[in-house]
Amino acid sequence: MIEVRELRREFRIATSKGLRRNHKTVTAVDGVTFDVRAGEAVGYVGPNGAGKSTTIKMLTGILVPTSGHLRVGGVDPSRQRRDLARRIGVVFGQRSQLWWDLPLQDSFDLLRSIYRVPAQDYRTRLDECVELLGLQETLLTPVRQLSLGQRMRGEITAALLHAPELLVLDEPTIGLDLESKERLREFLADINTRRGTTLLLTTHDLDDIERLCPRLMVIDHGRVLADGPLDELRAEVTPERELVIDLREPGPAPDVPGVTAVRSEAGGLRHHLTFRRAETTAAQLITQVVRQVEVHDLAVVEPEIDDVIRKLYQRQLDQDAHR
Amino acid sequence: MADTVYPRLIGARLRSQMSYRASFALDLATQALAQWVELVVILVLFSHVNALGGFSKEEVLLMYAFAGIAFGIADLFAGQLDNLPTYIRAGTFDVLLLRPLGTLPQIMVSDVRLRRIGRIAGALAVMVYALAQVSVVWTPAKVALAIATPLAGAVIFSAIWVVTCSVCFWIVEGREFANAFTYGSGAFTSYPVNVYSAPLRWVMAFIVPGAFVAYYPSLALLGKQDPLGLPGWVGWTSPLVAALAAGVAALVWRFAVRHYRGTGS
Repeated sequence: MIEVRELRREFRIATSKGLRRNHKTVTAVDGVTFDVRAGEAVGYVGPNGAGKSTTIKMLTGILVPTSGHLRVGGVDPSRQRRDLARRIGVVFGQRSQLWWDLPLQDSFDLLRSIYRVPAQDYRTRLDECVELLGLQETLLTPVRQLSLGQRMRGEITAALLHAPELLVLDEPTIGLDLESKERLREFLADINTRRGTTLLLTTHDLDDIERLCPRLMVIDHGRVLADGPLDELRAEVTPERELVIDLREPGPAPDVPGVTAVRSEAGGLRHHLTFRRAETTAAQLITQVVRQVEVHDLAVVEPEIDDVIRKLYQRQLDQDAHR
Repeated sequence: MADTVYPRLIGARLRSQMSYRASFALDLATQALAQWVELVVILVLFSHVNALGGFSKEEVLLMYAFAGIAFGIADLFAGQLDNLPTYIRAGTFDVLLLRPLGTLPQIMVSDVRLRRIGRIAGALAVMVYALAQVSVVWTPAKVALAIATPLAGAVIFSAIWVVTCSVCFWIVEGREFANAFTYGSGAFTSYPVNVYSAPLRWVMAFIVPGAFVAYYPSLALLGKQDPLGLPGWVGWTSPLVAALAAGVAALVWRFAVRHYRGTGS
């Protein structure tokens, strides 16, 4: 679906120092390479200014790459912008593609003629989105009067009316309340699995990734730091897992080879143990622990996704420092 | 269905303007008033002189009317380009690039300023009055010329708008510069070209082809000699000049958008 090789994009930025005007070149995307297969759901994350939006703009044909190879659905986005537009849907969390002063329904009708969607298909798709996203009440309301959550649901519907093969979402959940977020995620997960629509989304909300994207790409300073299933990335950057045990009686932490007791709480009732996932499985460890002490409750804690990403950044910084 | 997209988009714009009824009515009135103010300037001028550059009051009014209609129609569609800096800054221009349509037509229909109809109607009334007063030997060709002139003029003005607003892709706040040409040429074309000093005349008449909006076609219609010495057939070439201007404008726009997307620099 998406094929990216050594993609680069530079910007010339005017800097004025006193009366002298100079240009400096800033590299926003610096040799990015990845593939996305049809039907995948990929999260694209990174701090502000990491190059996420620039990548998205190149993928959608808005910006032309400085160099590198890029194909989306087999077409070159910058050269075949209009062909591509018929095949992909794009949602920008912070800019609307709806007609501000008109009822939501009118925007949908206009998009239908822009994308030349056959009447029958249009009806089916619209009905489905309206039903699943609960838009019945808002169809006749001018867009300017919709709440942010309602508007985003409208934006997503608008992007899906021409049944795109790929849906690109730039910060789709930004500013939404928890309930609206959850509703959107559920809907997106549904169209990904049921319709096979490929998803690529940028986000700051890591719950979006956890919930929607089996695959995560982390970008910083225009380069891909990591790319893979969330679980694998976790294993790679945080090789230690944590086992929390609650004892029946206060006591010392069990002594198991390959396990470090990091701290205890509640006067010895609760112990935090870490172990390396490459060496022991949680099951083996638990078997050994219950032989030594009487356990009331236990839990294996996976590192938070934020920690994973923070560690990825840290690792990159360290590598840069060593060079 | 493709051919109905733009009418639909215009229809949508009109409906949204109607959603602010009071301000729409006010705008309409303001626009008509603005057009009359310019008319008063000409009338006051002619209360002191009998002729301007060898042209009578009615003849100048005819030029004023042609220019007014042309400018009004152009403003209806191309005037939206004044919003280009906002579009670029707010990222709305990116949204236009995401649709399977050309960017220029999308902007043109994005905000059809229906209130400009007040302006066009005002100028149309002056044209009818002026045509009734001046002495024209009517032939079918001249009737065609009288109808084609405001339309060709509208295309010329629109082209000026497109070309000058393209500057905004390089300098986002280039609007003042653009307005000097768009609104400036609007004012320029309302008077006979020979009243201006030579450098301004040359720039505004031939580089920015403003003289072809009203001045030369009016000469042809009135059967008058050009005081500046160009042959009579020049007055019939406005549609050609308009086509040429549109072509140039389309090229400049393409170049500008290409710059915006990143291959132009």
